[in-house]
Amino acid sequence: MPPPIDLLPSLMDGLRRTLVIAAGGSVLAIAFALLAGLGCLSRDPIVRTVARVYIEVFRGTSALVQLFWFYFALPILLGLRLDAMLVGVLVLGLNIGAYGAEVVRSAIESVPAGQVQAAAALSMNRWQTMRYIVLPQAILLMLPPFGNLLIELLKSTALVSMITVTDLTRAGLFLRDDTLRTAEVFGMLLLIYFSLSLMITAVMRGLERWLSHGQDYGGRQ
Amino acid sequence: MIWDWEFAISILPEILRGLGVTLLAVFWGMTIALSLGLVWATARRSTNRLVAWPVACFVEFVRSTPLLVQIFFLFYVLPSLGLTLSPLLAGVVALGIHYSCYTSEVYRAGINAVPRGQWEAARALSFSRWESYRYVILPQAIPPIIPALGNYVIAMFKDAPLLSAITVLEILQRAKIIGNETFRYLEPFTVVGVIFLILSLLSGLLLTRLERRLKLVSA
Repeated sequence: MPPPIDLLPSLMDGLRRTLVIAAGGSVLAIAFALLAGLGCLSRDPIVRTVARVYIEVFRGTSALVQLFWFYFALPILLGLRLDAMLVGVLVLGLNIGAYGAEVVRSAIESVPAGQVQAAAALSMNRWQTMRYIVLPQAILLMLPPFGNLLIELLKSTALVSMITVTDLTRAGLFLRDDTLRTAEVFGMLLLIYFSLSLMITAVMRGLERWLSHGQDYGGRQ
Repeated sequence: MIWDWEFAISILPEILRGLGVTLLAVFWGMTIALSLGLVWATARRSTNRLVAWPVACFVEFVRSTPLLVQIFFLFYVLPSLGLTLSPLLAGVVALGIHYSCYTSEVYRAGINAVPRGQWEAARALSFSRWESYRYVILPQAIPPIIPALGNYVIAMFKDAPLLSAITVLEILQRAKIIGNETFRYLEPFTVVGVIFLILSLLSGLLLTRLERRLKLVSA
């Protein structure tokens, strides 16, 4: 049996949407993760509570339920209809961002206290300590779990097919209805998603190598 | 008033019936995931590369592709092979296989953490490979990973609404049907969200307590 290459062109439009949602969702997720992760460590109790509630709500409910809620229920509260694609980007960003916030928080907490004390001895303020001492070390710890989260996000983009977005998965469902080549269509979808995951893994590895350049592991006790 | 309490309460029994189906799917899905995961984990440690390699590839592949597409694959492709599953059964099998690839990594970590000397001791007692796993390695490997496995129960619970895509009448599907019939979406989806939040938070708390108990036992 020849590989079903002829199916690819009809999936391209869906693939493009999937990529847009994955890219947009990733940017939002990283932003929310940093905001909420730092928020958890804030000295202001109100900021801490807001960050905590956000993390618990989005980690505690199902991503698909969140999509449905934002797409079907929120417009009733707001009184306006939201674009399905926009809802997809926003919800996936919020969802993965909540998981990412825990990654950010635990990475920052695992930077040795001596580093913060050394920064204080150099009379750095809180912002400078974060920017020049803590974050550069914490980011290296965040990268591997963040790579996994980005793969989770890519896989979650398939869920937007259920709120009417014609992403790769939905394009596959349509193509199956047209051609009835069920096994080939779904096999092709799985292969495309798998290759995209491999690409994310490769990029994250490269990023890790690049950021850890010059790290002096010999200096650690 | 946009939010109607009376309506929200009136749909509760129907949604709770859906919750029952969801929990049933999670129970059987997890049963499959826990058993298959152990099979994958031991197969990946096999000295026979013809066993270890394909299993490793399969686990990586399943972990890197969307559960939703896997559900569609099982539900729509199996009938063409002459095996027609009910939507619920197909969904349970999909959940089970998907999560078995995650639990296999947890088992692997647990088994790797058992000191080498234990294997050597089992060998000194001339245990077979099967006996070593059964009586020496697994009894030490599994208790420390129970909390990690528990996290996957919660994760599977949150993924179970995906079964609505193949028309299983689980919690989200029932909320959607109520919405379609009454044109009120706010209450059903909010009720479902709140139920998820309560159950996840509760089970998270239970897990933390269990973890503390296990640490006390092993200490």
